[in-house]
Amino acid sequence: MFGKLTWDAIPVHEPIALVTGLVVIAVVAAIIAWVTVKGWWPYLWNEWITSTDHKRIGVMYVVLALVMLVRGFADAIMMRAQQMLAVGASQGYLPPEHYNQIFTAHGTIMIFFMAMPIVIGMMNFVVPLQLGVRDVAFPTMNNVSFWLTASGALLVNVSLLVGEFARTGWLGFPPLSELQFSPGVGVDYYLVALQISGVGTVLTAVNFVTTILKIRAPGMSYMRMPVFCWTTLAANLLMLAAFPVLTVTLALLMLDRYLGFHFFTNDGGGNSMLYMNLIWVWGHPEVYILILPAFGIYSEVVSTFSGKPLFGYRSMVFATLAICIISFCVWLHHFFTMGAGADVNAVFGIASMIIAVPTGVKIFNWLFTMFGGRVRFNVPMYWAIGFMLTFVIGGLTGVLLAMPPVDFVVHNSLFLIAHFHQVIIGGVVFGVMAGYTYWFPKAFGFTLDERLGKMIFWCWFIGFHLAFMPLYVLGFWGGTRRLQHIADPSWQPWLDVAFVGALIIGVGIALTVVQLLYSIKTRDRRLDTTGDPWDGRTLEWLTLSPPPHFNFAVLPDVHGEEAYWTRKQTALREEKLIEEPKYEPIEMPLNTPTGVIVAFFASICGFAVIWHIWWLAILGLVGAFAIFVWYAWRDEHEHIIPVDEVARLERERRRIRHEQIQTWPRPA
Amino acid sequence: MTTSAEAPAVGLTHGGSEDTGLGHRGPESKSIVVPYGFWLFVLSDMVLFSALFATYATLVHATDGGPTTKDLFDRNLVAIETLALLVSSFVCGLAIIAAKRRNMLWTQVWLLVTGLLGFVFLSIELYEFATMIGEGAGPQRSAFLSGFFTLVGSHGAHVTAGLLWIGTMMAQVWAKGFQPHIMRRLMCLSIFWHALDIIWVAIFTIVYLIGTL
Repeated sequence: MFGKLTWDAIPVHEPIALVTGLVVIAVVAAIIAWVTVKGWWPYLWNEWITSTDHKRIGVMYVVLALVMLVRGFADAIMMRAQQMLAVGASQGYLPPEHYNQIFTAHGTIMIFFMAMPIVIGMMNFVVPLQLGVRDVAFPTMNNVSFWLTASGALLVNVSLLVGEFARTGWLGFPPLSELQFSPGVGVDYYLVALQISGVGTVLTAVNFVTTILKIRAPGMSYMRMPVFCWTTLAANLLMLAAFPVLTVTLALLMLDRYLGFHFFTNDGGGNSMLYMNLIWVWGHPEVYILILPAFGIYSEVVSTFSGKPLFGYRSMVFATLAICIISFCVWLHHFFTMGAGADVNAVFGIASMIIAVPTGVKIFNWLFTMFGGRVRFNVPMYWAIGFMLTFVIGGLTGVLLAMPPVDFVVHNSLFLIAHFHQVIIGGVVFGVMAGYTYWFPKAFGFTLDERLGKMIFWCWFIGFHLAFMPLYVLGFWGGTRRLQHIADPSWQPWLDVAFVGALIIGVGIALTVVQLLYSIKTRDRRLDTTGDPWDGRTLEWLTLSPPPHFNFAVLPDVHGEEAYWTRKQTALREEKLIEEPKYEPIEMPLNTPTGVIVAFFASICGFAVIWHIWWLAILGLVGAFAIFVWYAWRDEHEHIIPVDEVARLERERRRIRHEQIQTWPRPA
Repeated sequence: MTTSAEAPAVGLTHGGSEDTGLGHRGPESKSIVVPYGFWLFVLSDMVLFSALFATYATLVHATDGGPTTKDLFDRNLVAIETLALLVSSFVCGLAIIAAKRRNMLWTQVWLLVTGLLGFVFLSIELYEFATMIGEGAGPQRSAFLSGFFTLVGSHGAHVTAGLLWIGTMMAQVWAKGFQPHIMRRLMCLSIFWHALDIIWVAIFTIVYLIGTL
C-alpha cells in the first residue's frame, strides 16, 4: 500500500536531522497560523499564489531563493564546523553518513533552489519592464514554472524528515549513486526533485526566449535592448539547450535504479563515464546560466551609478553571445583525469581558456564605464566593485584549472572548491545582491537601508575571503574535497579561519533579514515617490514604483539605445512631457490556480515515485492531466482594464513626472 | 499597439518612428507567439533526443555477450511501422487543412485517422518490444539494449502523449469550434506530430538501417 514507506523513515535516531525537521515544521506551522489569524489567505491566494503577473512571480521566486539560501547556508556552516572540529584525534559531531547528506544537500539546494530561482526571479521581474511590455509571452506557464520549482524544493526539504537525502555529492555520480551502492531513497529524492524543477526550468526558458525575441516595445530592436535582456536571452538559450540533457541524464540513472537498466552500472556493459559526459554537457552551461544574468545586472548597475551609457555596448553583446556558444565546448575540463588523452584534453583546456577572453572584455567594459563617470557609491555599486575584484581572481584560478597538467594535481581538491565558490559567490551572489538592492524600490516603492546594505556587503566580502582563501592553501597541500575527518593537525589554523569566515557570511545573511524588516518599518523615510530613485537609464524606471499591474499605460516608443534616458533628457530639455496619448482599455491575463494545483499533483506523484507507491503516482499524473484539460477548457482568457482606470493611473504618473521635471537638474 | 502619437515628441537621437529592422513593430500577435514558443519547446525536445541518440551510439556495441543489432531487428516490421507514422503525418496535414476550412466533419475524421495510424505504429512497436523481451533481449540484458529501449521507447512515449493530445483536441474542437485559440493549439499539435516523424526518421536510420546493414 505505501511502498517502501514505513515509520522507519522518520530519523528518530538522528537527533540533528530530527530536531531540525521539527523546528522547520514548527516555523511553517507558525507562519500558517499567523496568516490564518490575520485573515491573509484570500489576499495571498488571489494576489500572489495564483498570480500571472510577472512581477509577482519574480518576487515569489526571490522569496523562495532567500529561504533556500538560509537552508543551504545552514548546511554550509555545519560542514565548516565539522571540518574545524574533526581534526586529528577528534571525530567532530557529524557521522559520515549524515555529513555526506549535508554536502550533497548544500550543493543541490544552492545551485537548483537558491541560485536558479533568484536569477530567474530577477529575470521575471525586470525583463518585461525593460522591454517596455506588459508581461511575458506565456503568463500562466510562468506561474506553472514557479510552482514546479517550488515543488522540487519542497521534496528536497521533505527528505530531511522523511527518509534521507543522497550521499553522493550534488551531481550524483555513478556507480556510487546506483542502487547497488546507494540502496536508500536519498538518490531518488535527489533525482525526482530535480526532474520536477527541471520541467519548470525548461518552460521558463521557452517563455523568456519567446518573450525577448517576439515581445518588445515598438522600436526596441535587438541592438537597443538593455544588456540585462541580452544576458537573460543568452542564459535562457542555454537553459533551453542544456536542461533537456540533464533531464535525460537523470532519467537514465532513474531507469538504472528503478528498472535495472545498465547505463552506468559496473556490470552489463554500463559506462559510468557516459554519465560524467552527459551531466557536464548540462553542468558547464549551467554555470553560465547563472553568471550571465549576473553580468547583466552589473552592466545595469555600473552604467546607472556611473551616470554614463555602458562602455562598449556592442562588444558586451558579442561577448555575451560568445560565452553562450563557447560554454557548450568546454565540458570535458570537469574530468581531465578521465584519461581521454593529451589531444582531447588540450582541445578542451584551450577552449576553457578562450572563454576567459570575452569575460575579460566585459570586465574592461565595466571599468571603462566607470572611468570618467561620476560614480555614486550606493550599495549596488559596492557589490559591483567587490565583484570585479573577487571575480577576476576566481577567473584566474579557473584558468589555472583549465590547464590539464595543473588539473591533474588539484582535481577534486579544496583548490577547486575555493575556485568555484569564488566565481559563484563573487559572481552570482554579489550580482543578485546588487540586483536585489537595485530593483527593490521598483518592486515595493521604497529603498532598502543603505547603512545596513553596506554592512551586509562587507560581511559577505570579508567573510567570503576568510572562508575560501584558506581552502586554496589547503588544496595546494593536497586537501581533497568532502572530507568528514581531517587527519593532519597542521591544517587546524586554516580551518579555523575558514569557519570564522563562514560565520561572518552568516552575519551578513542575518543582517539581510534585519535590513528587510528595518526598511519596511522605516519605509516612510525612503519612499520612492518618482519611480526613478537611482536616476536610471532603462525602461523599468519609466513606470511608478511599484508599477501598475499593466506596467505601461501605453507601450513606450523606443528611440536610441537607452530608451528611458533618451526620453528623460528630452523631457528635461523641453521642460515638458510627451503629449498625452490616447488611452485604450488594456487586456491582461487572468490569474489562475492551475500552476499551484499542477505542482501539488507533481509533488504527490514525485513523493510516490520516491517511495514506490505506484497507485499514488498514477493518481498524481492523472490529477495533473485533469487540471490541464480543465484549464484548456476555459472560455475567458483575459480581463479588461477599463480605459478610465488606465487614464487615471497614467495621469497620476504624468503629474508626478511633471513635478519631477521642474526640480531635476537640466542635462548639460 | 504602436503609439504613433508619442513618436514625434521624443525623437532625440532619431527622427520619429524609424524602421529598426526586427522587432520594431512592437509585440507580435498571439498567432505568431504561441507556435513560436511551441517550436522552441520542440527544439528542446530535439536536444533531449540528441542526448538519447548519443547515449545509444556510445553503448551500441556494449552488448555484454548478449544479442547484437543484427540478431534482433526485423526490417519489414519497421518498414510497416514507418509507413504508418509517415502516413499519419500526412493525414494530420489534411486535418489542419480541413480545420482551416472550418470543416468539422473532416477535421474530426482526419484527426481520428491520424490517431489510429499512430495507434498502429505504437502497437507494432509494443509487439516488437514484447517479442524481444520474450527472447530474453529485454532492457536489463545489456547496456546496448538499455539504450535501445530508452531511445525508441522515449519516442513511443511521445507518440502516446500525442495520442492523448489528439483525443483531447478532438473533444475540444467538437465542444468549442474553430476559435482562434483552438486553431493555435491544432497548429501546435501538428508541429508536435511532424517533429515526431523527424525523430523517427533518425531512429529508423541510425538504429534500424545501420543496425541491420
